[in-house]
Formats: sequence, structure tokens, C-alpha cells
Amino acid sequence: MPKDDLKTAYRLVGTRPNRPDGLDKVTGRARYGADISAPGMLHAAVVRSPHAHARIIRIDASKALALDGVKAVITRADFPTGLTGEDWNLQENTLAGDVALYDGHAVAAVAATSKLLAQDAARLVEVEYEVLPHVIDVDAAMQPDAPVIRAGTADHSVPEGMHPNVVKYIEFGHGDLEAGFAEADLVRAQSYKTEATHQGYIEPHACLGQMGADGKGEMWVCTQGQWYIRRMCSAVLGTEASQLRVTPSEIGGGFGGKTTIFMEPLALALSRKAGGRPVKLVMSRAEVLRATGPTASASMDVKMGMKVDGTITAASVNFRMQGGAFIGSSPVGEALSCALACYTVPAVFHQGYEVLANRPKAAAYRAPGSPMAAFAVESLLDEMCHELGLDPLAVRLKNAAREGAKASYGPTYNRIGLVETLEATMAHANLKVPLGPNQGRGAAAGFWFNHGGETSVSLAIGEDGTVTVSVGTPDVGGSRASLGMMTAETLGIAYESVRVNIVETGALGVNEPTHGSRATFASGLAAVEAAKQAIAQMCARAAAEWGIDAEAVEWLDGAAVPAGPNAGKFPPMSIAEIGAKMGSTGGPISGHHEVTAGGVGASFGAHVVDVEVDPETGRTTVLRYLVVQDAGRAIHPAYVEGQYQGGAVQGIGWALNEEYVYGADGRLQNAVFLDYRIPVASDLPMIDTVIVEVPNPGHPYGVRGVGETGITPPLPALANAIAAATGVRLRSLPMSPPKVLAAIKANARG
Amino acid sequence: MRFHTPKTFEQAAAIAAGASGLTRFLAGGTDVLVQLRAAIVTPDDLIDLKHIPGVKDIARTTEGGWRIGIAVSGAELGRHAGVCADWPGVVEGMQLVGSTQVQGRATLVGNLCNGSPAADSVPGMMAAGAMVSVIGPQGNRAVAVEDIPAGPSRTTLLPGEVITAIILPPRGAHGGDAYLRFIPRTEMDIAVVGVAVNLRRDGARIIEARIALGAVAPKILLVPAAAQAIIGTALDAVALAALSAAAIAASTPISDKRGTATFRKDIVGVLVQRAARIAYTRAEGASA
Ligand SMILES: Cc1cc2nc3c(=O)[nH]c(=O)nc-3n(C[C@H](O)[C@H](O)[C@H](O)COP(=O)(O)OP(=O)(O)OC[C@H]3O[C@@H](n4cnc5c(N)ncnc54)[C@H](O)[C@@H]3O)c2cc1C
Repeated sequence: MPKDDLKTAYRLVGTRPNRPDGLDKVTGRARYGADISAPGMLHAAVVRSPHAHARIIRIDASKALALDGVKAVITRADFPTGLTGEDWNLQENTLAGDVALYDGHAVAAVAATSKLLAQDAARLVEVEYEVLPHVIDVDAAMQPDAPVIRAGTADHSVPEGMHPNVVKYIEFGHGDLEAGFAEADLVRAQSYKTEATHQGYIEPHACLGQMGADGKGEMWVCTQGQWYIRRMCSAVLGTEASQLRVTPSEIGGGFGGKTTIFMEPLALALSRKAGGRPVKLVMSRAEVLRATGPTASASMDVKMGMKVDGTITAASVNFRMQGGAFIGSSPVGEALSCALACYTVPAVFHQGYEVLANRPKAAAYRAPGSPMAAFAVESLLDEMCHELGLDPLAVRLKNAAREGAKASYGPTYNRIGLVETLEATMAHANLKVPLGPNQGRGAAAGFWFNHGGETSVSLAIGEDGTVTVSVGTPDVGGSRASLGMMTAETLGIAYESVRVNIVETGALGVNEPTHGSRATFASGLAAVEAAKQAIAQMCARAAAEWGIDAEAVEWLDGAAVPAGPNAGKFPPMSIAEIGAKMGSTGGPISGHHEVTAGGVGASFGAHVVDVEVDPETGRTTVLRYLVVQDAGRAIHPAYVEGQYQGGAVQGIGWALNEEYVYGADGRLQNAVFLDYRIPVASDLPMIDTVIVEVPNPGHPYGVRGVGETGITPPLPALANAIAAATGVRLRSLPMSPPKVLAAIKANARG
Repeated sequence: MRFHTPKTFEQAAAIAAGASGLTRFLAGGTDVLVQLRAAIVTPDDLIDLKHIPGVKDIARTTEGGWRIGIAVSGAELGRHAGVCADWPGVVEGMQLVGSTQVQGRATLVGNLCNGSPAADSVPGMMAAGAMVSVIGPQGNRAVAVEDIPAGPSRTTLLPGEVITAIILPPRGAHGGDAYLRFIPRTEMDIAVVGVAVNLRRDGARIIEARIALGAVAPKILLVPAAAQAIIGTALDAVALAALSAAAIAASTPISDKRGTATFRKDIVGVLVQRAARIAYTRAEGASA
């Protein structure tokens, strides 16, 4: 069966059955992080720094400990010393050592018999601080007079003479840049800034942890990756990974922000100190916004050369990003790699700096780095197209990366679908809708690598012929449905006969989290392989019963059948019959596959948005929004569309109104959804979607990841649309009404 | 914390007057309970007013206006045909408060007494010329809504005083009112600027006007100078420009996380014109 033949008639792949977790979710039966309780449970509260940067002189918990019902207080002194690298970063972020590094940085934690008591006790913990100068903005943090956040953090890559807050430098490229610019008819350079934004998942971080003096522990937690929780908690606590059993809860959104730890070790450390009683720790929204990973903020320069026919001859980018006070947390490397990935440009050069600032430790957020890079590159591209009188989508198509081309970040592309995506975009009816006054249309393209990664999946045939699949990738967007569909398709059985469980760390080999848009791709690939193993066993059982060679049996429509007329005449033996007898025919039948999945297929997308800008208030209304993206193959199209729409919505929020507002004192002023303005449902039209299918040859059903690419084009698409509607170009996010109005007024003054 | 459920306003006032610590009345609770949970205000005495008979009623006054009970929610107000017909600006201000869930609880009086400079229903009430009936240790009094706010989170009510009802005046002939607020999103946001305009026409000419501005000063303002800018005019371009100028001149906004001072001044000038146009059109349609 040709793997890339779109006409392949699948029975289930490409249909839209109900999701297996749907009933639990709509009836409230699904158990999220905060829903897990245990007998004897204590509740925890965290003491957090009110300062952006402050030396911790003294912590006095005596008043808190004097309260009846307070069972434990922990500080950094309760944690092992001597950690290095990212383990140290994780420990330091879990609980500050000598210095609190950002507003909201945890400095102590309390466990008590009720949540209210724990909160009261936390307020009684006295912390004496010596306030230090702080820096929030990425450009300011590089200035010679910027306060030094942690001297000696920088690695060997940083050129001499730079401020100690610059901790990492990256450069790469190919081709002759100067020759490329010389060949161009138009060369333009511009600078751009994006603000940090939070993933904004609806479920705050929550966990229940238990650990005894013997170092054996249990944790129930809302996470995208139970093995990451296990490894990181063990490193921070100095315990052994396999002694900690981590069970993921149902998850109310993560978007990358739940691929790491923030407060989970606190629950375990408190439990250990409180004699092994389980400890529940649930963050408030304010804690989530102050102390869990947003994405990085960025300051970026782009230079591009273009011929009058739209050919891009050369491009260079220089990005500065801060991801908080810890090295390695900003996605500057990814941003550089994504910046020019949509295009085949003969000469490219990338430079990037990672910078420390007094902000929370950044975490992954949906295509980390790519949206910022796209904002800079796709905005400049749009400007240059207009200057040359060219159609921006046609220019993108002209320069589009294709199969066999060398990618801007090094490798050679295999089969990719950017051309098909752009063609489908240009043909879409939305582009023909006439626009009125103060309205404008903007387009942009975007890219994400996608990821394979460490994957382990088991599958077992039940005694009634139904099937259980155990996977290690938490279901953030319908992956249980997609995995069930691929398994059922492969086994030739009903979708409803397969149950997919997300299992705890004791049940499988190490799995990476659900990140990099990999769950349906990698767990799917492994589930299909595991199903094939089970099929081989079932064929063997049938062969033994029929007294023929195993090779003479094949699997068809959920049953073993003789391979041809020469094999003998036997009626099909169904999976239910084989399952019913398996105890006496050789024992349980299962399949298992583990792999560090390669064969990943990049996903490209293009968005087109129509906006109307109120020229008197600067307020932008999104009138129409189109997402076109290559899915490889959409296993469950509804959940693919959901990912496209979700990415667009998060991008719209980032583009228009989301921002971290800091006071002069370095404190976050809008740590609540009332003032951290993510879009509300009534802000947006229905997001139109087109699924392009250029199958990924590296996956049995052609899957590419689809979760992340959708957040990359919205930032520039909105900027381009606002420019078209108003004649003013915004190069700094968010494009909130005050900024848009100020730009309109400045433009009117001339 | 002590929780009280008095059966009369006299009892409620007496409990409040006798209380020594922090006291809060409970109407819809959408401010009180949120502040309690966020540990911003933890009252020593919490006095629930919803057990007092009549607090959910809306009734005609003998003068032909409306008497609105202190526990009438935004959703209930929005379904009252009489009030909606007479005072659409007051109703639309209240209906902007929160979400569907919040609308089921939130009240006009709570919005007023919470003391936010950005409260959405208050400019409309001020522009309408609404009064509140107050009962307290010194007896009963009637107070104009514009005399209640004293600054952020503060009112002029004396300790032990409680509002028993909101009184909207008779609408009268050829009148119209309107409220507009600016937020960057479409809901679940706090007004960056709020503007209410109430006017009466004689033919094309405006003969009476009251204009109130929210979120541009420490408290919500009634701005007579803005009203004067349009009284006697047919809301022509000159009048509209004078109206904007007067509204901007009266505004002393701050820059904060919700918007800059410059932006707020720009917006108040824009919204006051837009609200005036709506009120003017509504007044034309209004019969005697
Ligand atoms: C999610 C959400 C969204 C919101 N959105 C908005 C918005 O868009 N616009 C807006 O303006 N507000 C908004 N609010 C705030 C709040 O809903 C309003 O201020 C509401 O009108 C308060 O009314 P209440 O009846 O709930 O007041 P309560 O919380 O019951 O009381 C508020 C205050 O009024 C006092 N009080 C109550 N009754 C009396 C009385 N009879 N006499 C004297 N004092 C009294 C109380 O002591 C207290 O100080 C929002 C709140 C939430 C939770």
C-alpha cells in the first residue's frame, strides 16, 4: 500500500467519532489535578517574594509553626546542595536560595491541615529581604549599567565584553550574505519587539505528593509529561527516579507550560517533612501568572534583500530574548531556526543572544520562539512586497521551501507541504470578500519542526477481543481518539473496541511529554507497531490451531484468515475468538513498541485575517480569520481543526492585548485574567480552517504534528492587516488600542 | 467573621452601627465575595440584606419614576420592560457588568457602593438624576447618586448607613439616555473609560442634559460643563467638538495597567460624542 497515496480508503482514519474522554468532561467526572485527594491529606501554601530582585536575609517560620495544625515548613535548607546545570536552575526556581530572582519567586512553603490554615500560616512566615536593583526589559538588561542578575552564568559562547546578563550566543548561516544584499533591488532592515505572554491554560498547576523518609514517593499531577516530573523532582530532591511513581491527571491545557516543574517538589518535600502525609498543592491564577513559565520576550532586528520580481536574495536576523533569570529557558535557538524556514534563500545569517532578566522562568509555549521570529520576518516581508507592489502571498509562494531544498537552519527538507498550503490559501473564498473603510487584510506564513522523541507504548488484547493501549503522552487535544482510531484501523476492529489509557511512570519505559506536537505522531507510530506485533501473534495462534504455517495466515478485517487457497480452508478466526482462548493457546497476547521516533514531518501554515480598526480608538476587531495548514494526514479532522483554531486564537491574543505589565518596582501588576487580557469568546469570529494533506512519509498514516504551527502566523498576519487598514505599521506587541491610536495620531501629524 | 441576616433595614443599620470592626453589606456579593476570597477585604461583620422583604421589587413611584430594590440583579433589571423603555442607558450600563453568571447576582447598589471609579452602572444613574434612599443612625435621607462616591473604594455613607432603594426620576417626554464604555475586548473587562449622557429635546434642540464620566478621575464625575456644551444646540459639529473639549478638560485620569492617561483623555472625547448621538436619537423616538 503506497504510504503517500491520499486515495487510500481508510475505514476510520479521517472520520470524526466522539472522543472517548468527552462524556467524562461534559459531566464533570473527569479528574483534573486538583480533584485528587487522599486520606490524611495536608494542604500546602507557598510564601512568595514580593520583590523582583532581593537578597533573602532571614526566614523566620516560628509563628507559622506555632499554629495548631501546621505540620511542616520548608525552605531551601531542606533541599540537597551541589546541583549543577538545569537541575540547579530547577531547584533554584522551585525555592529561592540566597536571592529571590523575580516577583512571585517561592521562598518557603507550608503544609497544614486545611488550605485556609496553610494560607494563614504562609502569611506568618517572616522573610527579611534586602531589595536589589532589578531589570525587566531585554534590551535594558544588556545595557552596561544594568544590574547583574547572576555573575558567571554566561557560557563560553558569549563574546567578550558583553554584559554578564548575556549568557548565551548563537550564530549560524550559509551563503554569501553581502553578495546577496548586493544583488537585491530593495534592501530593508527593521527592528521588532514582542512581549512575554502566558500559555493561559484554564487549569492552574495542581498536584498531590507523598514521600516517606525512605525516599519512596507518589505523585498525582496535572502535567504534559509524567516522566519529566519524575526526573526533575528526583533531581531537585536528591532521590532516585524509579522510587517516585507519577500519575498524570486529566489536563486542562498546557501548551508547553506543563512540560516542566514549578512547585511539584514542594509537595513532596513537605510530605517528607510531615512524616509522609500526602500534601496537596494547588496554585491560584495569580501564582500561575507570577511564577510559572510564560514565553520569552524578544527584541529583534531583521534585514532582507529582494529583487523586483519578489525573489529573496539574502536575509539576516539578530534576536535578543530573555526567558527569566535562568540560562537555557529562552527559545532563542528555536526562534533563529524558524525565522527563515519557510523560504529558500541563497544567503542567510542568524545571530541570537539569551539574556537574563528578573522575570519568571520561561517555559515552552506552543512552537517556542517561532511566533516572535515570524512577527519580525513576515512583517518585513509584507512591507517590502507592498513597497515593490507585489502580492505578498505570491512572493511567499515564489520563495517557498520545497522538498529537497536546504533549510535555512541546515538540514534538507523531505516531503513538505508549504507550496500546497499557499496555493490552497490563495484559492480560498475569504480572499475575495471585499473590504470596507478602515478594514484591512493581512497574511503570513509559519513553520514548526515537530518532534518525535522517546516513546514507549504497550497494547494488550482482552479476553473478549477488545484492546487496551497504554501510552505515556497525556492527552491535551484529543490524542486518545486519534490513537484509538489508528489502532482500530490497523487491527481492523471497531473504534469503540479500543480503550487508550494514559498511564503512570511505572507502567512503561520513559516517554517524553506531549510536546513538540508529537503525541499523535510518535505514540501513534508506536501504537501501530505494537498492534502489528499483536496481529503477528494472533496469526500464529490461529496457525497453530489450524495446523498450518504462521506465514500462511494473514490478518483481515479483525480476524485471522488463511493467506490463500493453498493454505487450506478455514473460517476466519476473529480477534474475539482468539482473545477468549488465549490463556490456553500460549498466554496473554500483547504488543509493545519503543523508539526514539525519527521520521518527523515539519508542518507549514498560512493565515489570512481581515480586521477593522476604529480610527478614533485604535481598537481592532477581527472580522474574518483563515487558517490553512498541512496536517500530513488528519486522523481526526475535528481535532486538527481545533488545534488550528486554538493556535490562531492564542496568537490573536498575543498580537492584540496580552502583555505582562510591570510597575517601576518590578512587580507584575496584572496577575489576573481581568487584566491579563486573553481573548474572550465574543471577541472572535468562527475561525475558518482548511486542512491540507501532504502525507509525511515517516509515519504509517502520514501524520505530521499539527499542534504548534498554528500560533506562528497570527502575530505578523495581524500586524500586516492593521497596516493595511490604517496605513501605520506596528513593530511592537501588543498592538493594543493605546499603541495603535498613538501610531495613527503620529501618522496623521506626518 | 459574623454573618447576619436582618429582616428589616432598621435592623441592618443597627447591626452596622453597633459593629466595631470591618463591616460589609451583602447584596449580590460579586464584589464582597471576590474580595473576601482574594484576602483583600475580610469583614468582621457581613450583613446579608436579601432577607429583607421587598428588596427584589421594582415599582412605579407616585411621581412616575422607578423604585428599584437593592437586590435586583442586572439580569432582572434587563428584563423589566418599563425600566428598559424609560432608562435604556441605565440598563445598558448595568448589563455590561461581568458575564451571564455575574449578571444573575450583581446589583446597582453594590456597583455604586463598591466605590470603583470604573463602575459601569454609576455614570448612567448619575446622568439620569437617580437618588438613593438611605437609612441610618441619624434617620432617613435621600441622597443624589453623584454625592455617594468619595474616591476609590470609598463612599460618603456614614457608619451604620444603608441604602434601601434606588429611585429613578420620571422619564418625561422627549428624553433619551445612553452609556458607552471602552474596553479592549468585548466583555469581562473593566472600563478604561465610561460615559453616560442623558438629555431632553424640544424638536431638534437639546433643552436639558446631564453627563457623567467614569474611569477618568478618582471618582465618577457629573460634568455640568459638558452638559452645557450641548444644551441649546442640535448636536451639530461645533457642539460635539465643545462637548469633547469639556469632557477632556474635566478628566484627570491616571496611567495604569488598563490604559494611559493620554489614551483615556482621547477616548473620553470620542465616547462622549458617540453616547450623545445615541441619546439624542433615542430622545427623538421617545414619546410623552
Ligand atoms: C467576573 C466579574 C466581572 C465584573 N465585571 C464588572 C464590570 O464589567 N463592570 C463593573 O462595574 N463591575 C464589574 N464587576 C464588579 C461587580 O460585579 C459589580 O460592582 C456589582 O455591581 C456589585 O454588586 P453586588 O450586588 O454583587 O455587590 P456586593 O458585592 O454585594 O457589594 C458591593 C459593595 O456594596 C456595599 N453594599 C451592598 N449593598 C449595600 C447597601 N444596600 N447599602 C450600602 N452599601 C451596600 C457592600 O458593603 C460592598 O462594599 C465584576 C465582578 C466580577 C466578579
